[in-house]
Amino acid sequence: MRSLNTAKPKDALSNSNLLFLIAAVIFVLMYGFAILRYPGSFLQFQTFFDLFSLNAPLIIVTLSISIVMIGGGIDISVGAVTGLVTMCCAVSLESGSGSIGGAILLALGIGLAFGLLQGYLVAYLDIQPFIITLAGMFLANGLLTTIHKDPLNVTLPAFVSLRDFEIVIPWLGTNNRLGNFIPLEIKLGAVVVWVLVVLLAVLMKWSRFGRNLYAVGGNSQSALMLGINVRKTKFSSYLLCGLLSGIAGFVYVMTTGAGNVGNATGFEMKAIAASIIGGTMLSGGVGNLYGSPVGALTLLTINELIRAAGVNSNFQAIVGGLMLYLFIVLQSVVVWLRGKGKFRLALPSWLPHATKRV
Amino acid sequence: MLLPLSVLALLIVVNLIKGADYFSISLINGALYGNIPNILFGASELVVLAIGMTLVTASSGGQDISVGVAAAITSAVFVRVLLNADHITWLTIVVGFLESAVVGIAIGAFNGSLISIFRVQPMVATLILFTAGRSISFMIDGKLSPVLANELTSRIGGVMPGVPIQTPIILTLAFIALIAAVLKTTNLKLYAEAVGTNEKAARLNGINPIKIKFLTYMILGFCAAVAGFIAVTKAGRHDSVNLLKYVEMDAILAVAIGGNALSGGKFSISGSIIGAYTIEVLSRTLLRLEVGTETIKAFKAVFIIVLMAVSSPVVREFAAKTLRRLRAEADPGQDSAASDPEIVAKKGA
Amino acid sequence: MTENVLEMQGICKDFPGVRALHNVDFALRKGEIHALMGENGAGKSTLVKVMTGVYEKDAGRIVLEGKPIHMRSPQEAQNLGIGTVYQEVTLCPNLSVAENMYIGRGRYAFVQWKRMNAKAARLLNSLGIPARATQQLSSCSLAVQQMIAIARAIDMDCKILILDEPTSSLDEDEVRKLFALMRELKSRGVGIVFITHFLDQVYEISDRITVLRNGTLIGVYEAASLPPFELVSKMMGKALEDVEKIKKPEASAQEASEPVFEAARLSSAAGVRPFDFRIRKGEVNGFTGLLGSGRSESARAIYAADKVTGGETKMNGKKVKISAPIQAMKLGIGYLPEDRKGDGIIAELSVRDNIILATQVIKGFFKPLSRKQAEAFADEYIGRLNIKTASSSTPIKSLSGGNQQKVILARWLLTHPEYLILDEPTRGIDVGTKVEIQKLVLKLAEEGVSVTFISSEIEEMLRTCSRLIVMKDRQIVGELSGTNLTQADVMDAIARGGA
Repeated sequence: MRSLNTAKPKDALSNSNLLFLIAAVIFVLMYGFAILRYPGSFLQFQTFFDLFSLNAPLIIVTLSISIVMIGGGIDISVGAVTGLVTMCCAVSLESGSGSIGGAILLALGIGLAFGLLQGYLVAYLDIQPFIITLAGMFLANGLLTTIHKDPLNVTLPAFVSLRDFEIVIPWLGTNNRLGNFIPLEIKLGAVVVWVLVVLLAVLMKWSRFGRNLYAVGGNSQSALMLGINVRKTKFSSYLLCGLLSGIAGFVYVMTTGAGNVGNATGFEMKAIAASIIGGTMLSGGVGNLYGSPVGALTLLTINELIRAAGVNSNFQAIVGGLMLYLFIVLQSVVVWLRGKGKFRLALPSWLPHATKRV
Repeated sequence: MLLPLSVLALLIVVNLIKGADYFSISLINGALYGNIPNILFGASELVVLAIGMTLVTASSGGQDISVGVAAAITSAVFVRVLLNADHITWLTIVVGFLESAVVGIAIGAFNGSLISIFRVQPMVATLILFTAGRSISFMIDGKLSPVLANELTSRIGGVMPGVPIQTPIILTLAFIALIAAVLKTTNLKLYAEAVGTNEKAARLNGINPIKIKFLTYMILGFCAAVAGFIAVTKAGRHDSVNLLKYVEMDAILAVAIGGNALSGGKFSISGSIIGAYTIEVLSRTLLRLEVGTETIKAFKAVFIIVLMAVSSPVVREFAAKTLRRLRAEADPGQDSAASDPEIVAKKGA
Repeated sequence: MTENVLEMQGICKDFPGVRALHNVDFALRKGEIHALMGENGAGKSTLVKVMTGVYEKDAGRIVLEGKPIHMRSPQEAQNLGIGTVYQEVTLCPNLSVAENMYIGRGRYAFVQWKRMNAKAARLLNSLGIPARATQQLSSCSLAVQQMIAIARAIDMDCKILILDEPTSSLDEDEVRKLFALMRELKSRGVGIVFITHFLDQVYEISDRITVLRNGTLIGVYEAASLPPFELVSKMMGKALEDVEKIKKPEASAQEASEPVFEAARLSSAAGVRPFDFRIRKGEVNGFTGLLGSGRSESARAIYAADKVTGGETKMNGKKVKISAPIQAMKLGIGYLPEDRKGDGIIAELSVRDNIILATQVIKGFFKPLSRKQAEAFADEYIGRLNIKTASSSTPIKSLSGGNQQKVILARWLLTHPEYLILDEPTRGIDVGTKVEIQKLVLKLAEEGVSVTFISSEIEEMLRTCSRLIVMKDRQIVGELSGTNLTQADVMDAIARGGA
C-alpha cells in the first residue's frame, strides 16, 4: 500500500482559508458590480463606511456566531439578547441615574449572563445547544417586552453626543449634489467593528483558546484525547458570544439612539447566513473570522442592490434565501472535492450522530 | 413517554390547585367548551406539525425550521383557490386543500433534496425557506391579509352544526389515525429509525436512505399544508407574517419533550403528540396564572431550560449515583457485587 | 533495570450492570515492551482507559515511578508523562499536521507558528514520516495520520507509551518502521504497553505478556517462555481442541456443482480493476492478500456496496444487474461488512430489529412483519447462535463485539441466502466465537450455501476455504486450491504476486 504522501500545493491552504478566499472574491465581484451599476451611490467611500457603521450590530453578532460555530456549536439567542440589551440600556440611560459607563456595564453584564447560563448548560451538562439557545431566545424576547413595550428614545445628552460622534477624514470625501465637499465621516460603530474583527481574528488564529476551539470543532473526542479541556473551551466560546451580543446591543442603541421591541429581530438567522457565506461551516472546525464581516457585507450589499434597483422589498428576502442556497451548495461541493473523493456528511457536533465517528 | 406524561401531570396539578373546576366541560350552543376542549382545539396545528417533525428528526437527525413558513405558503394557495372561485362549495374547499397539499409536498421535496442529495444539514437547508418563505406567501396573497368570509370555512375552523366537538379537533384526530395507519401498514418506522441511526448500514441492508429522507420531508410538507389549512380556517383570514409564527420552535420542543432524540434514530410519535398538548397546556396554564402573553415566552423558556437540565445525561447519572450510594448506606449488609446476576452483556471492556 | 515505572494494584471498575475490571494488577518496567492481551470483553480497553485518565477507577492504587497518583483526565495523564496512541486516529482532521502534534501540550498563551512548524518538520524528517508540517491532516492517508499520532506521543518525552492496536492499518513496511521506533524508545528507558491481536507481532517485539480474561488478571509471562498455543488457551480459558476438529470437505466434491454466481470484468468506484469471479454451489472461497490489496473492495463490488462501474454478473446462469444492495439481496446474496460498527450494526435499534432488518427489507416497504413474527425470528436465532443478550429488545449497542457480530450473522442467515459474503467475520472477537463462526461456515457449505470468507488470519481461511483468490494492488494475481495448503504457500503467492 502506498503510504507516501506527496503534499500538493493546495494542501498548504486549509479549508478555512479557502472558503474565506472564495467569500472575499465573491464580495469584491459583488461590490464591483454594484459600483458599475450604481456609481452614484456605491462609488462613494461614504457608502462603504456606512455599511460598517449602520450594520455594526449585525456584523458583531455575526462574529459572535462564527466563533461558536467554529467550536461546533450554535447560538440562536444572539438576536434576542442583542435586542434585550438595547432596551435595557435605553431604560437605564433614561432613568434618573443613567450613565454611559453604567449602560456599557449593563450591556456586558446581560450578555455575559446569557453566555454563562447557556454555556454551562451546553458544555457541562451536555445539553444540545440548539434547544438551549432556542430557549434563551424565548427568554430574552419575553424579558424584552416585559421590561418595556414601547420604543424608548434616549435623550441623555452625554449619550446623544456619543451617538453623533464621528471621525472625520478631510481628504477623503465626495461632492454632494450641491457641489459642496463633504468629508468622510466614520461613525463610532464602524470603529468598534474593526477593532473587534482584528482582536477576534488574532484571538482565533494565535491564542491557545482559539486553536483549542478549532480542535474541538473539528473532532471534540480527539480534542479531549489530545489533552484539551473541551468543556472549558466550549463554555468560553459561549461566554464570548454572549459578551459580544452585549457589545452589539450597546452599539445598536448607540447607533439608532433608541430602544425598540423590534430591534435585532431576525439577526440570528442573518448572522448564520452571513457566517456561512463568509466561509464558516456549520459542522465546526472550519472558518476564518475575517470572513464574517465579508459575509455580512455581501448579504447587505445584495440587499442594497435590490433596494437601489427599486425592486419589491419582498424580493430581498427571497434573494437572501437564494444566496444562502447557492453558498451552502458551494460549501458542500468544495469540501467534497477536497476530501478523499468520498462525500463526507458535514454534520455539526451539536447533533451527535452515530455515523460520524466509529 | 415518561417525560411528557410527567410534565403534563405536573401542569395539571398546578392547574387544579388554581381552581378545582379545571376539568369542567360545559355545552354551549351545541358545542363543548372548557379547558380540555380548548386545549385540544388550540393545539391542533401543533400536533400535526409535531408528528411530521418527529419523522424528519428521526430520519435526518435535524429539524425543519421552515414549517410555519410552509404552512403560510400552502394556506396562501388555498385562500387563492377559494377567492378565485365564483361560489365556494365543499368541492372547492377540497380542491383548494388538495392544491395546497401538493404545494406542501413540493416544498417538502425541495427541502428533502437539499438534505438527502446535497447532504446539507437540515437546519441550514430549511433556513433558506425560512428566510424567503413568508415573502413568497405574501406575493401569492397579492394584497394584505385576504379574508375568508364564508360559512363553510368558518365551520371547518369552528364547529359543524350538530357536532359538539370543534372541527379542528376532529381533523387532528383523523390525521393521527391516518399516521397510525401508515405506520402500521408500512415499514416507515423501521426504515426511518435505521436511516437516522446509521445511514451506511441501512443502505447495506437494502434501504435507500435518500428515498426515506425524501419521504419524511414530503410528509412534513403535507403536515404543514394540513396545519396551514386548520390555522387559516380558524382565523378567517390569511396573514402571511403572523400565521403560525414561531410554531417551528414549538414543534421542535414538542418533539424533544416527547422524549425523542433530536439527533435522530428511534422515535415515538405518541410522545411528540403528548409533547404538543403539553406545550399547549403550558401556555394556557401560564395565561391562567395571569402571566402576560409576552412573558409567557420567557416562562416557556425557563421551563424548557429546567426540563432539559434535569433530563440531561450528566444530571441523570449524578442522580443515579447518589441513589445508589444512599441505597448502599441504607442497607450496608448487602454486597451489591455478589448479588449481581451473571453479566450477560458487557460494555466498554 | 528492573524497576517498575508503573504499578497498578487491585484495580476495580464497574459500569451500570457490568463489572469491567476486578482486582487487576499490572506492572510495567522501565525500558520494556509489555503486551496486554485478552479477548473481547476481557477488560483490556478499560484498563488502558484507567491508565490514561479517561476513566476513574472505582478502587485500587496507581503508582508512577514510586509515587501514588490519581488521574482525573487525559490531560493529567499526559502531564504525568503517559502518552497514548489510540486505535482510532484521535487527531483533528481540520488542523495542520504540526498543530496536531503540539496542540493541548504545555502552558502557552500564544502560538508561535514558525517555531512550531520548524520543530514539527524536523521531527517528521527524523522519523521518516511522509508528511509536511503545514498540510491539513485530512489530506494525509490514515496510516500517515497514525504515524503522526505516534510521533506526537514520542515527542512528549513520555515515560510510558501506550499503543492500542497501532498496526491495524499499517502495511509491512510501516510496521517495521514502527517496531524500530519502539525499540529505540525501549533503549531510552521508556515503558511501552502494546495492545494487539496479531500474535506474531506480540512475539516479535514484546518482552512480557499480561493476559486478562473476563475482567480479571490471569497472569504475567515472559514472552520467550510462553508458547503461542498456551497463550491462546490462557486467553480463552479452555483448550483449543475444538479448532483441530474443523476439517473442510474434499475439494473434489465441490468441483462438480454449477456456479451459483459469476462475474465478468466487474469493477467498482472503489478502484477495483475489472476482475472475473466464480463461485459454485456449496463452495467456500476467500480473498486473501495484504491490507489494501482490494479484498474487501472486491467483495463489496459483488454486492454493489460500492458503485459498480462495469462488468456483467450472472446468478444461477441467468444474467442479472446488481447496481444496489437491494438487488443483490433479492437475488439471495448476503453481505457481512468488515466494519461492524460503521456498516453493520444499527446501534440504537434492538437486537430483534437488527436481526429482522434484511429480511424485512427484502419483503418490502408495504409488508411489515408482525410483532409476533419478528420476535419469533429473533428468538430462534438468539438461541441458535447462542447470542448473549438480556432480551431481544435490548439495544444492540449494549452487547459485546462478539455477540454483535453474531446478531449481524443471524440477520443474514435469516434471509436464507444462496450466497453469503463474510468480510472479517472474526475480527476483534474472542477465540471461542471465532471457532463457532468457522464451524458455522462449513455447516452452511454442507447445506449448499456458497460462502466467500475473508479474513486477515490466513489460518482461518485455510481451515474453511477450498479456494483462495490472491490479490495484490487491487487486482487478482493468483488462485490457490488444494487440501494441503499452508500459510507459507499463501504468503509466497502474495509475495510473488503475479510475477
